[in-house]
Amino acid sequence: MKNFISRYCIVRDSKINLNGKIIFEQETDLNSFLINAYRKFNINYAKFFKMDLLCKLAFIGSEILVKETGMLSKYKGNEIALVLSNRASSLDTDRNYLKTIENKENYFPSPSVFVYTLPNIMIGEISIRNKITGENAFFVSEKFDPELLFNYANSLLASDKTNCVLTGWTDVDKENYDAFIYLVEKTNPYPGTEHDKNQISALYYKG
Amino acid sequence: METLQQLEEKLKIQLIQQLNLAEIKPENIVSDAPLFGDGGLGLDSIDALEIIVLIEKNYGLKIVNSEKVKEIFYSVRTLADHIYQNQKP
Repeated sequence: MKNFISRYCIVRDSKINLNGKIIFEQETDLNSFLINAYRKFNINYAKFFKMDLLCKLAFIGSEILVKETGMLSKYKGNEIALVLSNRASSLDTDRNYLKTIENKENYFPSPSVFVYTLPNIMIGEISIRNKITGENAFFVSEKFDPELLFNYANSLLASDKTNCVLTGWTDVDKENYDAFIYLVEKTNPYPGTEHDKNQISALYYKG
Repeated sequence: METLQQLEEKLKIQLIQQLNLAEIKPENIVSDAPLFGDGGLGLDSIDALEIIVLIEKNYGLKIVNSEKVKEIFYSVRTLADHIYQNQKP
């Protein structure tokens, strides 16, 4: 059975690209970039400011796609699956947490940093924001793996429980960041792209 | 020595920084409004833990009686009062 990549969002190189069109661009540090994108797109979610960079990145990508696709009005929360992946896990935040505990003379572990020392927390944040209660998974791999995401999304869609999958790659390591998030659906409401490994690769690499 | 009111105003700034309350200004925080839950700043349990870290780090005070936490952490005022009463000179 064919599935379709209906919409995609890439956040990379100081730009946000939605379906091949640049919708936001700013040369600045990652945190400022993401906060300014949050304000530009009139997002209203105070908890955003408590998130680490990895969660902020995933959140911004997912917010853009949720608004663009209207997926929350098309699907119930338990019909939406979330499958994300990256290379650096939560390393960026792990380092920040380490700073709060490495000095024995100034030992103050930060609870609000600690809660982000797992990469799958970004799935939790997206789920809470959008009341998504479907299947979810997070994978860590050496590099972007279209085959993994393709196979996993297809297996979820083949089940009776999942009707769309928000999936992709969100990676942060110091000031290096790369997000490619896309929505896979069973139907093709837009002139979307057929969901296959080559198409996933092409969209990821063409930026 | 700073007054209780000065301590309240300083705490508001520290809370905004420590809890990443980026869209809130100190003048928007009402000193006797609840910090947690609806009707106040809407802080959660992680924020409570961060406040414990804040008062230990900045004021050298540890919370030893967990039964009193709800009372101490009710508002900026109750928090400032606890610090004011117990801070080492």
